[in-house]
Amino acid sequence: MTGRAEAAPVRLQSGRVRYGELLIKGLLGLCALISVATTVGIIAALFIPAFEFFQEVSIVEFLTGTEWAPLFEPALFGVVPLIVGTLSVTFWAVLIAIPFGLGSAIYLSEYASARTRSFLKPMLEVLAGIPTIVYGYFALTFFTPLLRDVGISVDIFNVLSAGLVMGVMILPTVASLSEDAMAAVPRDLRDGAFALGATRREVATRIVVPAAISGVTASFVLGISRAVGETMIVLVAAGQQPNLTFDPRAAVETMSAFIAATGAGDVPTGSVEYKTIFAVGATLFVMTQILNVISIRLVERFREEYE
Amino acid sequence: MTTVNLKRRGRDVKGAAFKGVLLLSLIVGFATLVTLLVDVFRKGWQYVDETLFTNPPSIDPAIAGARPAILATIYLGLMVILFTVPIGVGTAIYLEEYADRRRWYNRLLELNIQNLAAVPSIVYGILGLAFIVRGLGLGQVLLAGALILTLLVLPNMIIASREALRAVPDTIRQGGYALGATQWQVTARQVLPAALPGIATGSILSVSRGIGETAPLIMVGAVTYVAFDPTILGPFTALPMQIYQWVRLPQEEFRALAAAAIIVLLGILLSLNAVAIWLRNRYQRRW
Repeated sequence: MTGRAEAAPVRLQSGRVRYGELLIKGLLGLCALISVATTVGIIAALFIPAFEFFQEVSIVEFLTGTEWAPLFEPALFGVVPLIVGTLSVTFWAVLIAIPFGLGSAIYLSEYASARTRSFLKPMLEVLAGIPTIVYGYFALTFFTPLLRDVGISVDIFNVLSAGLVMGVMILPTVASLSEDAMAAVPRDLRDGAFALGATRREVATRIVVPAAISGVTASFVLGISRAVGETMIVLVAAGQQPNLTFDPRAAVETMSAFIAATGAGDVPTGSVEYKTIFAVGATLFVMTQILNVISIRLVERFREEYE
Repeated sequence: MTTVNLKRRGRDVKGAAFKGVLLLSLIVGFATLVTLLVDVFRKGWQYVDETLFTNPPSIDPAIAGARPAILATIYLGLMVILFTVPIGVGTAIYLEEYADRRRWYNRLLELNIQNLAAVPSIVYGILGLAFIVRGLGLGQVLLAGALILTLLVLPNMIIASREALRAVPDTIRQGGYALGATQWQVTARQVLPAALPGIATGSILSVSRGIGETAPLIMVGAVTYVAFDPTILGPFTALPMQIYQWVRLPQEEFRALAAAAIIVLLGILLSLNAVAIWLRNRYQRRW
């Protein structure tokens, strides 16, 4: 025994196959497969019925039609009003979320003391954790009357109120991701600028933000994606009328609101009306997916730069 | 000899203005939060009473309550925890401890989870409608709602658990291997206990996100009028659905009831958040 040990090189791994270990690895892999199955499920759930829908309604008519009236006779399936409604709400949300989210991030990263930050960041998490139905309630029952009080003649359901409140909802996402990106900028860059006599403002705007720009942009893109996909605020406060308008005072119907409103009714499986859910859902999914892929790519870039 | 003065002369007006703008940005978020809370409490507090917790919804606002909705939300939370934690932690362990990052399928798996985390919740609702309610034939029941919320929060759960596992230093693992432990022994007895506070925090935050969701529940057919206590395989409503139902009604009384239900929902969510933050601060180890 001892003689053999001297001759052979030391092998740390035992040659025995451990079946228990393999079984565990297999089970863990199976857990991981559930998320793959989710993705496959989402794609199948959306695109198979959407494909059937496009056999009944031409895809050109769907994507270019300017009137959305799936329940009328004759039914009209132009998705443009829903897309315009979605983009219109998104515009107002982004108008709030990007500047104020970025401002919050710069303050947290460059100005706040460690103690202030440890108090403010959980507060931002609380803001991010408020359910969207609560924001919807707030937009409809508080913000819309407030807009009217200050002399903006909005309809009961309108783009402006839903969009601005949605902006506050997305603000923490933008702030927190941008702050992560800024925190990843090496200290040396800041110290170098300070040594050259730059003020704190100059360091923030000319060094830190440009250095963190891919992460900051990623946070904007993800914010836009969340605005496009958000449902409850628009369902409650922006209305369910597919008007083709950019007027922020008017009611619109977004893609998500249409899906929820139709899904809430008891639609017979297999009807064209049932299939519109999936056609619109697929359109929404493709739009958000493009934004998400861009955002993930950008985040990877800032990781590569500084890690 | 005079000392060199490093400070610029005069006050930096632009700098002060810039700082003011930044502070204003922060205030936008927090002022909205405070306004929202004050508004909800002012309108809804009078309706947060015994009736709200003991009565089913009713067309008469004076006797309308949210008992079935509150119970269903608690059941949903428990079921989501039950389903999400094993699957989420299992996936996180696979990715952090077992998966070989050089393999394309493991990288794809990671990308897939990042992507799923950003899919709109209404799309998960469509998945639930097509496969769980109609495909599996489960019907519009509480279990279907719990399953779809599980899939919805799973990516967040996985990401949080992975961060917790990654924070455990490699020296812990190497120490275990040096003593002859197998990979699972190291994972289960060393890494997992060390990562537990982080995983617990992540689980609580994931569940609180799940029970605040409305859109997926609309799609899986949560009905808005349920007069009896929910069962796992029965029709259901949930607090966010109940709020949605009440806020749609034009009468002031129902708007106030919606505010009352919001107080209950926020009470549940903020306590969960507080527990999560406490856990993180109390048990998180700096290595």
